[in-house]
Amino acid sequence: MFLFRLKRTAKLGIKSLWMHKLRSTLTTLGIIFGVSSVIAMLAIGEGASQAAQEQIARLGSRNIIIKTVPPPEEKEVSSQNQSMREYGLTYLDAERFRNSMPNIEVVVPSRRLPQQAWYRNRKVAVEVIGTVPWYPEISPIQFRTGRFIGSLDMHHREGICVIDENVVKELFVFDDPLGQDVKIAGDYYRVVGIVSPEDLGPASQPLENGAAKAKGQGGANVGSIYIPLTTVRNRFGEVSLQYSGGSGRTMEKVELQEITVKVGATEEVLPTRDILETLLNRFHKKSDFQVVVPLELLKQAKQTQRIFSIVLGSIAAISLLVGGIGIMNIMLATVSERTREIGIRRALGARKRDIILQFLSETLLLTLLGGILGISLGSLVPVLVTHFGRMPTVITGGSLVLAFGISGAVGVIFGLYPAYRAANMDPIESLRHE
Amino acid sequence: MIRRNDGAVEFKADAPTLVMERLCKSYELGSMELKVLRDIALTIDRGEYVAIMGPSGSGKSTLLNMIGCLDRPTSGDYWLGGQNVSLLDDDQISLIRGARIGFIFQSFNLINQLNVVENIEVPMYYQGWSEHESAERARELATMVGLDERFEHRPSELSGGQQQRVAIARALANDPLIILADEPTGNLDSESGAEILKILVGLHKQGKTLIVVTHDTHIATDAGRVIEIFDGKIRHQ
Repeated sequence: MFLFRLKRTAKLGIKSLWMHKLRSTLTTLGIIFGVSSVIAMLAIGEGASQAAQEQIARLGSRNIIIKTVPPPEEKEVSSQNQSMREYGLTYLDAERFRNSMPNIEVVVPSRRLPQQAWYRNRKVAVEVIGTVPWYPEISPIQFRTGRFIGSLDMHHREGICVIDENVVKELFVFDDPLGQDVKIAGDYYRVVGIVSPEDLGPASQPLENGAAKAKGQGGANVGSIYIPLTTVRNRFGEVSLQYSGGSGRTMEKVELQEITVKVGATEEVLPTRDILETLLNRFHKKSDFQVVVPLELLKQAKQTQRIFSIVLGSIAAISLLVGGIGIMNIMLATVSERTREIGIRRALGARKRDIILQFLSETLLLTLLGGILGISLGSLVPVLVTHFGRMPTVITGGSLVLAFGISGAVGVIFGLYPAYRAANMDPIESLRHE
Repeated sequence: MIRRNDGAVEFKADAPTLVMERLCKSYELGSMELKVLRDIALTIDRGEYVAIMGPSGSGKSTLLNMIGCLDRPTSGDYWLGGQNVSLLDDDQISLIRGARIGFIFQSFNLINQLNVVENIEVPMYYQGWSEHESAERARELATMVGLDERFEHRPSELSGGQQQRVAIARALANDPLIILADEPTGNLDSESGAEILKILVGLHKQGKTLIVVTHDTHIATDAGRVIEIFDGKIRHQ
């Protein structure tokens, strides 16, 4: 009985909406844009959030990264005279970490130098990473073929290297890289392994800034070449020449560009960070280091993205609200236009609730139709954004349900008042209405 | 065949169709009280054909609204088929209106978006008829008033006389106690007016109770009983 009534009411609603196609379409547009903007905004927000979190997670959530940065206040002074600047992390620091903290699983000291690598007549700008055999523990690199640096390589300061796939692509067009010699700064290094690119993505760029400055113009590296730390120390030394604009050259002595520490569990990350900072501050009078905790970045990123999503979502919700007000406006106009029809229906036995149901169902039909179309459009927009804007987007089921629910709620809320007004009109007055 | 909505009140079969006692209706216009109906006492029996006449402003439209349960009396009682409708709430009165009263208006008052059959179906829809049954009965009624060729037509595609015939069919839909017509021929030329009157007289002969508000003396002569209203009172019956 009730269902059958509902079906006939819906049929009646569709009929009278169909009578005013243009008006219904324009009214629905408000809801369509509202719903689709809710979905699109949430998808863009969610996509950005997931991408950032992924990138940060690749840095390792159990890692603490300590980077060498040039001490700021001394920069001016030292560039005046040509004396040697000595700053940054040292082998001793790494040793102290290893010895003082039992909960630290691994300590990975590394040097990072911008260099050019040659193979035959091809060259490529690379970052030479002088590091230790257990470097893969703190990095997301994956083995493709061959091996990584071994402890014997370290001991004998072997001239070997592990290159990543980006370097392979640039240098070895036809040859198998394994066993070939790559020339870096006049020395030859035999390729013993190939790994996947580290590729931390744009999120790691702000973190690299400090190190990038320290390296000079090190921004445009295509790939990475891993060489035993001892070999790097032996062959490249620790002193580098910096050509600073106009004022000539400066000498810099930096032992390590980076020390990465991995602890046993994520809960230990923050306390360990504090202890490490205290420890470093005791031996470093100048502030020549920077501590980066991916876990903390991850938390911050999540929080930022949450705010981002709320802001985007509320902007979209406001547009949905505007759409709802538009619907109410039209429905009020419809009610006054159909005053006579309402009077006739009342005279022929319609109760107030029948009239309410009739107008409410029209509003609901409009908003639900708008909701469905809006979901289709809203699902299309993120696809286009991803395709043309190269931004990651994620449409969650929750956002679809939310948008549809909101459009239904808008229909009920903004449909109730016009329907209520229609039902409470005096039948005699309505019948006289022209 | 005729199905009643569960909410409609059952009527006593042997009671007079309509009884009004000391029925008054007044409107407040600022501090003034405007008495439109004063002490109306009226009984109409089953199968009567009653014409209500009177000059404009005499209160006959208000009396018609009162009979049709569109308006409530300020004081006094109104029994429709033995049921005191002055005591019912809005929902019950709406159902009674749909089930027991068939309205025929001067300006037809058909719904423009609906076709002939759908217009006739409206009162049945509110009494909870099934779609199939009501459509079938609507077609029967349309055929009865001579519109068997025009089921799918919209009111705007019909002549005045045809529109009024749709309205008559619609008034008959729920087999009402009273057919209430307000100037049914007022908007029609004399030829279609005569046709409409013929149908009304035919209905009276079938035993329907007919109450017609009119200026038309032809109707008054057809009717078995004429009630004259003047200044809110029944002057002559």
